Amino acid sequence: MTDQRNGPIGEDDLQAFIDDRLPEARRAQVETYLSEHPEIRGRVLLDHSYRDSLHTKLAGKFAEPIPPRLRIANIRSARRQSLYRRIQTIAAILAIFAAGVGSGWMAAYVLPPTAPLNTATVADNATTAFRTFVVEVAHPVEVAAAQEEHLLRWLSKRLGRPLIAPNLSKFGYQLIGGRLLSANEGAAAQLMYEDSSGQRLTIYVQAEQGSETAFRYWQAGDASTFAWIDRGFGFAVTARAPREQLLPIAETVYHALLNDSGDAQRSPKGQS
Amino acid sequence: MADDQALLLEEQIPALRRYAFALVRDHDAADDLVQDCLERALSRWYLRRPEGDLRAWLFTILRNLYINAYRARKRRGVGTAIGDTHPSVAPEQEAGLQARDVLSAIDQLPEEQKSLLLLIGVENLSYEQAARVLAIPVGTVMSRLSRARQRLRTFMEDGCAPLLRRVK
Repeated sequence: MTDQRNGPIGEDDLQAFIDDRLPEARRAQVETYLSEHPEIRGRVLLDHSYRDSLHTKLAGKFAEPIPPRLRIANIRSARRQSLYRRIQTIAAILAIFAAGVGSGWMAAYVLPPTAPLNTATVADNATTAFRTFVVEVAHPVEVAAAQEEHLLRWLSKRLGRPLIAPNLSKFGYQLIGGRLLSANEGAAAQLMYEDSSGQRLTIYVQAEQGSETAFRYWQAGDASTFAWIDRGFGFAVTARAPREQLLPIAETVYHALLNDSGDAQRSPKGQS
Repeated sequence: MADDQALLLEEQIPALRRYAFALVRDHDAADDLVQDCLERALSRWYLRRPEGDLRAWLFTILRNLYINAYRARKRRGVGTAIGDTHPSVAPEQEAGLQARDVLSAIDQLPEEQKSLLLLIGVENLSYEQAARVLAIPVGTVMSRLSRARQRLRTFMEDGCAPLLRRVK
């Protein structure tokens, strides 16, 4: 950005001069300028000397050998150990949930034939998971939002897809955590949100074959769900909220998860 | 691939340790910060843009961890913070006796100015990279850098820096 500059000397030229980043020609111009303005030259040289001495003061730190605990291999194995412990505790939950999956899979055939099969599966799995866990008081989530980074890393790994937790604070919902679930093929992830009144909302993601679909709306009892399929994954947003209230939230989630996969250009298709 | 990853990351460790140490001025706390940074980098490796700038990315993670920890400490109260940073006090005073220590002087600056001086002046990040790390527009890097240097000069020239610190 300083390369193309011409004309009068600016403060940015002086900063780049101090940082030794000016192209030769410009550098000569700045030197001429400084020789004509001794006061400015004084402060520029001073700044340059502080820059140098800061560098010198910290050179020892830079030269130090890397301590063992910062070796990537050691950090990796520590991470692996903690992950392994976690997987053991999850195994039990997986077993318990297997039954729920069975019913979800069958429900896909019972639901209205006009809707695509896959969206139905996702919506139904999401609703089942929603019903199972939103009523939980003691353990609504497996990993709490305080460990959000760990939670998302873990779920992403199990899903085989980067997962983020969309920010729903503009709707009053805060992330409280999430859990890993078993789905038809492989893993599913549930993120749970709560608003100040204790209303809960879940985002459910599972690997699901099928072409892209528009938003589909499902209602089961008082639980509303918007579900869609996008590039090999099924998504569902479920809450005890009317359709018109849930739709903008689902759209926000759609966009957030879309951006996450690096494609921000597309817009959601019209909902059914 | 895993070993490429280790190699790429380890190459950056000396620079990360230097920046972390300049921020916290305590050897152990600095390495804690670097360790957290590396853990986060490993766990978010797939989120990094493949063609992106690894160096700027790592500095961004480290700085954000520092800022968050610092804020959390502030919230928790000053008591623990003083205990944590005690080891760094002695060398600071020692250095202060010899000459005005530029390292102590940058401690008087706001974090953003301090980081600018370190990332550009010491770590040799480009202005664009520094802008990305600090999440500020590239166009404002120069003016903020200029202000940081001016402030540093004041501390170095006008004697006892702590007296100039604003207590607001």
